Amino acid sequence: MTKINEMTMNDEKQTAEFEARIARGEKIEAGDWMPEAYRKQLIRMISQHAHSEYIGMLPEGKWIPHAPSLRRKMILIAKVQDEAGHGQYLYHAAETLGATREEMMDAFLTGKAKYSSIFNYPSDTWADVGMIGWLVDGAAIRNQTMLAQCSYGPYSRAMVRICAEETFHHKQGKEMVLLYAHGTPKQREMVQDALNRYWWPSLMMLGPHDADSPNTPQLVRWGIKTKTNDEVRQEFIAETAPELLAAGLTIPDPELHFDEESGQWIHGPIDWDEFWQVVRGNGPCNAERLGARRQAHEDGAWVREALNGYAQKALST
Amino acid sequence: MNEAVTGALTSRLTALADDELILAQRNSEWTGHAPILEEDIALANIAQDELGHATVWLGLLEPFSGRSPDEMAFFRDAEDFLNVQMVELPKGDWAFTMLRQYLFDAYEHILIEALLASTYQPLADAAAKFRGEEMYHLRHTHLWVERLGLGTDESNRRMQDALDILWPAAGQLFVPLPDDHLLVHEGIFPDLAILQDQWVAIVRPHLTAAGLTFPAEIANTAARGFHTEHMATLLADMQLVARWEPDGEW
Repeated sequence: MTKINEMTMNDEKQTAEFEARIARGEKIEAGDWMPEAYRKQLIRMISQHAHSEYIGMLPEGKWIPHAPSLRRKMILIAKVQDEAGHGQYLYHAAETLGATREEMMDAFLTGKAKYSSIFNYPSDTWADVGMIGWLVDGAAIRNQTMLAQCSYGPYSRAMVRICAEETFHHKQGKEMVLLYAHGTPKQREMVQDALNRYWWPSLMMLGPHDADSPNTPQLVRWGIKTKTNDEVRQEFIAETAPELLAAGLTIPDPELHFDEESGQWIHGPIDWDEFWQVVRGNGPCNAERLGARRQAHEDGAWVREALNGYAQKALST
Repeated sequence: MNEAVTGALTSRLTALADDELILAQRNSEWTGHAPILEEDIALANIAQDELGHATVWLGLLEPFSGRSPDEMAFFRDAEDFLNVQMVELPKGDWAFTMLRQYLFDAYEHILIEALLASTYQPLADAAAKFRGEEMYHLRHTHLWVERLGLGTDESNRRMQDALDILWPAAGQLFVPLPDDHLLVHEGIFPDLAILQDQWVAIVRPHLTAAGLTFPAEIANTAARGFHTEHMATLLADMQLVARWEPDGEW
């Protein structure tokens, strides 16, 4: 009993010191003492982020074979490759907290781990590639710029690197959307349709309203998040909406307007039922996306066995 | 350069571009579906390099053909493509993709070394530019051949199945175009018969060391321009969006 009390006392003291470090703006590094809940939250967030990058290769990767110019094909292969690279840094960042790639992969492929809801929407046309770049990567950059300030060093540094690449993804998407918005009638129709389908899911991907986000206060206190979901969403709309409208596109929210008094964009109600359906696995492409990842994993099993077999033979000679 | 040589160079540049373009198309189909995340990255890199080379070859071709690289890629039909058949075959399993890439990389490696001495400066310049990338590709696929050939019984069997198809198919890489001799005479392009000997000297010992056996040598000697049934569907996929709105700027 005494021992447990001592441990609790120690824990409290260490937690206080840990929180003081965060308050001073210090980075927590791999191997530093941290509360178990901090470590768990980070593994949850970082691995979820890694899975999102990995599965996020699919909706755009599907369009690589159909890219309409050599330049677009080159850009798109490079972009989807960057997503694989981001997945790789993030899995490594989570490994610094004691998670293994195998455990994370298992949680991902069995559906236990979550990933960003946005990748469960279909990419129906080539214009979706542009819209994903502009809106989805734009929303992701907002979130990731915040996470680059995060208190955990390895995650923060991964975010700095990822944000630099995401900025290029965002730029190519925007360039494509603007070109098609001023293009032929077929191109204009295609790009408007992509906006109609991606606007609301892009707002949703920034997470539930603050009132419905139970993890946020603790994450803010520990410097993992430095802004709330609603704050980030507001920044995203303020940046994107005027540019979409200037391109002559229609945002599919009749209530969206800029409120002069508060200096805020006011948007119509978000369909959170849809969001939770998608998060719980019932979105339009959940089964297809996870199915494609599982298939690739199963098809690759013999390759991974061969690598092990080769490594063992190489060691024994 | 007289008209006959220009014509020969036009066909040869088309063949160089089409091999790389179609192989890049097949390799890029793996992006997001590779057996390990690290290979999604590596193969996407190889596909980008090939696509880059195709773009350079098509650019060199433009003054002769009068058609832009995009027009050449997206608005030609199968019969106008001069790639070898092995690059248009479906991607198959990882053994097939890696072995195809290895056989092609070894060919491209010696081709590029030979092109460094081309009397047509743009070809020599392009070869100098590609040289480093190709060394890296060959190193990468050389190692994969070894790992899969010697890994497990299953990986060896899959590699053998791939070699049974690809060894004869690769023969077509060394079939000259009808007017290639004009280019060889001018020192613009190397003699493919010499390259073939160099290629065999590189790949044969390595494939043998990887535990693979060679099928009877009935090499594919079809002229370039004849395609498998897979080419039409490959092009339908590749040209889908560009041809959906041919008046658009993409």
